[in-house]
Amino acid sequence: MMPPPVIRFEGVGLRYGKVHALGDVSLDMPAGCMAGLIGPDGVGKSSLLALAAGVRRMQTGRIEVLGCDMSRPGYRAKVGPRIAYMPQGLGRNLYPTLSVRENIDFFGRLFGHGAAETARRIDTLTRATGLYPFLDRPAGKLSGGMKQKLGLCSALIHDPDLLILDEPTTGVDPLSRREFWELIAAIRAARSGMSVLVATAYMEEAARFDWLAAMDGGRILATGSPQGLMETTGTDTLDAAFLRLLPDEKRRSHRDVEIFPRRERDGDTAIEARELSMRFGDFTAVDRVQLSVKRGEIFGFIGSNGCGKTTTMKMMTGLLPPTEGSVRLFGSQVDPRDLATRRRVGYMSQSFSLYAELTVEQNLTLHARLFALPEPGIAARVEEMLSRFDLAEVRHKLPERLPLGLRQRLSLAVALIHRPEMLILDEPTSGVDPVARDAFWRILIELSRDEGVTIFISTHFMNEAERCDRVSLMHEGKVLATGAPAALAKEVGAATLEDAFIHHLETADGHVVVRATPLSPDAAPQSRTRVPRGWRRWFDPRRMTSHAWREALELWRDPVRMTLAILGSAVLMFVMGYGINLDVEDVTFAVLDHDQTAISRDYTMNLEGSRYFIEHPPIESYADMDRRMRAGEISLALEIPPGFGRDVARGRPVAIGAWIDGAMPTLAGTVQAYVQGMHLHWLELRARDGGYAGALAGPVTIETRFRYNADLRSLDAMVPAVIPLLLLLIPAMLSSLSVVREKELGSIINFYVTPTTRLEFLLGKQIPYVVLSMGSFLMLTVLAVTVFDVPLTGSFATLALGALLYVTAATAIGLVFSAFTRSQTAAMFGTAVLTILPAISFTGLIDPVSALQGFGRVIGEVYPTSHFLTIARGTFSKALGYDDLRAAFVPLALSVPALIVAAVLLLRKQER
Amino acid sequence: MRFSNILHLGIKEMRSLARDPVMLVLIVFAFTFWVHAGATAMPELLNRAQIAIVDEDRSPLSTRIADSFQRPYFAPPEQIDPGRMDARMDAGRDTFALVIPAGFQRDILAGHPVTIQLNVDATRITQAFTGSGYIQAIVMAEVREFTARHRGAVDLPVDLVLRARFNPELDNAWFGSVMQVINNVTLLSIVLAGAALIRERERGTVEHLLTMPVTPLEIMIAKVWSTGLVVLVASAASLGVVVQAWLGVPVEGSVVLFMSGAALHVFATTSLGIMLATFSRSMPQFGLLLVLVLLPLEMLSGGVTPRESMPAVVQTLMLAAPDTHFVILAQAILYRGAGIGIVWPQFLALVAIGGVLFAIALLRFRRMISTMV
Repeated sequence: MMPPPVIRFEGVGLRYGKVHALGDVSLDMPAGCMAGLIGPDGVGKSSLLALAAGVRRMQTGRIEVLGCDMSRPGYRAKVGPRIAYMPQGLGRNLYPTLSVRENIDFFGRLFGHGAAETARRIDTLTRATGLYPFLDRPAGKLSGGMKQKLGLCSALIHDPDLLILDEPTTGVDPLSRREFWELIAAIRAARSGMSVLVATAYMEEAARFDWLAAMDGGRILATGSPQGLMETTGTDTLDAAFLRLLPDEKRRSHRDVEIFPRRERDGDTAIEARELSMRFGDFTAVDRVQLSVKRGEIFGFIGSNGCGKTTTMKMMTGLLPPTEGSVRLFGSQVDPRDLATRRRVGYMSQSFSLYAELTVEQNLTLHARLFALPEPGIAARVEEMLSRFDLAEVRHKLPERLPLGLRQRLSLAVALIHRPEMLILDEPTSGVDPVARDAFWRILIELSRDEGVTIFISTHFMNEAERCDRVSLMHEGKVLATGAPAALAKEVGAATLEDAFIHHLETADGHVVVRATPLSPDAAPQSRTRVPRGWRRWFDPRRMTSHAWREALELWRDPVRMTLAILGSAVLMFVMGYGINLDVEDVTFAVLDHDQTAISRDYTMNLEGSRYFIEHPPIESYADMDRRMRAGEISLALEIPPGFGRDVARGRPVAIGAWIDGAMPTLAGTVQAYVQGMHLHWLELRARDGGYAGALAGPVTIETRFRYNADLRSLDAMVPAVIPLLLLLIPAMLSSLSVVREKELGSIINFYVTPTTRLEFLLGKQIPYVVLSMGSFLMLTVLAVTVFDVPLTGSFATLALGALLYVTAATAIGLVFSAFTRSQTAAMFGTAVLTILPAISFTGLIDPVSALQGFGRVIGEVYPTSHFLTIARGTFSKALGYDDLRAAFVPLALSVPALIVAAVLLLRKQER
Repeated sequence: MRFSNILHLGIKEMRSLARDPVMLVLIVFAFTFWVHAGATAMPELLNRAQIAIVDEDRSPLSTRIADSFQRPYFAPPEQIDPGRMDARMDAGRDTFALVIPAGFQRDILAGHPVTIQLNVDATRITQAFTGSGYIQAIVMAEVREFTARHRGAVDLPVDLVLRARFNPELDNAWFGSVMQVINNVTLLSIVLAGAALIRERERGTVEHLLTMPVTPLEIMIAKVWSTGLVVLVASAASLGVVVQAWLGVPVEGSVVLFMSGAALHVFATTSLGIMLATFSRSMPQFGLLLVLVLLPLEMLSGGVTPRESMPAVVQTLMLAAPDTHFVILAQAILYRGAGIGIVWPQFLALVAIGGVLFAIALLRFRRMISTMV
């Protein structure tokens, strides 16, 4: 009896904008076997896998995985823990600063294993994959093959019933690739019943699968066993079978690669590397490499991941100055500053490094211009490249939206746009489908043979290496052998180049092949993955802790960020505490004295004697006054009219004119009050001298009591206000990049594929920042009391509780931005805009909220800072406790869940 | 140095920005609505100050005094019981509480000395200062007028005529709107230039650029001009549409002169952004540096509290910040109608600061590239 299919697609369609990625796909994938998706780049293989894993949002049709409808979030959450998904791209879902052990551990905890069980599984899996000796190495420092193995361990930690692998061996060297498939076979042997679905561009790998689906143009062409496909098409290789399945017009465009011998030119040397070495600290990446490549030669570079190929190539382009030795290009020393050499070389790096924000066509045009191609010819050249690399259809698309294979073609097109004399290509065909790869090689051969372009290429495909004029085998920084491919194989008596390569590796001096320990039958899990039930399905504290732990580790590994957050707060507190002074002193003024009598001078002296005013030289004329006020030299100008002294003596009404610089209204208002006060003071003095005292001064004394801050110390008022300001801006900035950063760097995929809910994810991210911010809070409070000598008169517990609620709200504000923005730049800008202005202007730092008006007032009423400011001032200056401040706690406490819910609603659980 | 490289790399930066609709919306929001909100929220010097009156006298005079606290300076005063005064002040509901003792009017008329108690919440230091002065003057005037009517006393006839120049109504929105535009200019230029560089580094595109015939200087100038153009267009639009048209703030001086000052300021701040980016290894680090630099720039440049009242050390230190000079020249040009003859020292200072920041940024950028693997 046939078991039910593990995945069933029914009429599934998917479109990005106007482009149909999948058109009405119906497919049943048999359970318990090794199934493969094959087909050229950009035909929808990845989209189909992403839909099956629940990563991408479904648009039309119906998908059942392990018997559950994937369009229903409830079922998806239930079936999620039984699926494991490994996305395309080397180590895209790993956390580079975390070690191998920590990476796997994170996934283990996410799926609810206990510590002991997780440790046991890590042990088994890393021994099986040969990663055991590297448990403590950061994932970012692993070679490509090791990254893929680590990805596999992370995917397998929770015993999935369905393993979905999207091009898992792309960019992985032959030896590691072989080990990878052996490992999968061992795991399948130990865990019968597990289904594996793989998308791959390697036909020789696909030939070993149980069942295949061939795809093209978003549709399924045929399904069946590899043998079956070959039989129905009447071909003897899978490559040929696939070509036969393609529609006629596509098939016709394919021709086999023909290599014709290189015409011997005058034999000048294009690349000459002598004793080239590169050391990073103790580690020797490249060890005394000697190379010589003739003009027009195709020179291949093969070797395992991390053997120094990329480093050698970078030294050849001048990107990396060698520690020892020299490189000569076209007979002259490589000089990184020599722009002329750069024009003669085209370089394509291993990692995709074109502008993701520019379309395919814009990228090509930009590079043409940067290489200073003559402007009239650019459009034609771009067209030529678009058609030569079959990119015309996607010319207006962004590279990010393209499958790996098409992106690689674009990178190569860019490297060729300026007709370089030499091409340095670092694994240019990784992830490119066989048909396109052949097309690619026809171009390379044409360039080499017809145009005399020298090509230096590294590759993991042995059939490509065989097409080179000469190859070098590189291993652990050393060149093991160099020669024509056939000669190399013959030399060691191997049948193929691949065998020769592996022979060299295994006999290499000092090389220990890390043999994977096969999985023993008892390695089968002792406890099944716990599938959370009931409320835990929606909120599992374990999963939240797992995310919190990982975020905390990343923070811990970045001491600069921690130091900036904590020390930065202290520095800012000093700067702001001392810098912001709301007393106005030293107001500059000058007098235009038309009178020049004793009384008029007495009036001026009265002002000059005050600590608030500083007198500048007298004003000579109205023009002088105008000029000096415009220049901002004086803030106050007084005009004493002619006959002032006489009029005062006779008791005739007289008026003094005062002009105040209104450019800064707050300052002007204070100056106004001062002048009025000084004027009254002078009047009083004159009256007393003149014997009017009784009539002038009323018998009222106003006794002003400045409460909470009797000396009106600006510092005492500012320090409690600066704490809320700092505890908003820094925590919000810390958390605002946390989610969007994962979106930009790709590890957000782990959130899409694991059963983590949005709330768990966000709270998990938030916890470490709340803890860090509470640390800042403690330090700021201690600084305030000790260094600034601002007494904490009220309850510390109340202040601390307020601070806890407040930093939770502050980090939640950051999360809201992180949830809905798409770039880190936007998240950062948005957070800064929407925290700085409210914190400074709307929440009572300078003016009380009750005095504000308009929209700022509305914000001030609800903004958490306003309420925490009341709490901070209350506890610091007013000797208050919780009961007195309850009114401020209510809105503060309410803002926390409100903000978190907003962030949850804005965050998407699936890719669109 | 090739100008076409600078041109095309700059266009590339603008295209990247155009691909981020959320960012564009945020920029428009910050330069329009947010400027308006920031400008109009600030109260007049003493606006709607909360005052409570504990009237134990309940006489015509005490009622007169209570009635004399009026909008816009004071919110209508509330009559409260003596027992509730402390609680209300503790909760921050009142900034001032005036206690008029029993028998106040009787004692005044009898010529006995009387004391009125004014309680001020000194944690609100701005209002505390000016407000208590106002209240004293108001109470004195009411009492004097009251006694004058009853006893016929005389005043010395020297009057003080106060006029505020450049902003006769002392309308805070005039000042606040322009300061808000300035803050946005600083923030946006640092973020755009710095983040663009870090983003390129995180994605490996800087390295890619270096295999091409492009120099670090060209890359930097391209970032400066493209960011600068975006920021200048946004600020010019904000000044024209929000400040002049929507808020109706009259601009005294030359907008062209102000925009040239803004261009110099943006040159300095974009260089600062690039410099900060070279000091940070990742975007989160850059975000923190941004806050640490931005906050002092905004708070201590003279845009929030007057420079004159800062300690001398801070005043001197802040001379190294481009914002300080930009705030000074903006105030001089926009409100006081100053010409280049007056603001040239600030222009010169901005050129110098920008030049130094640019040089440091370029040096750091070159070093960053040479150590990049």
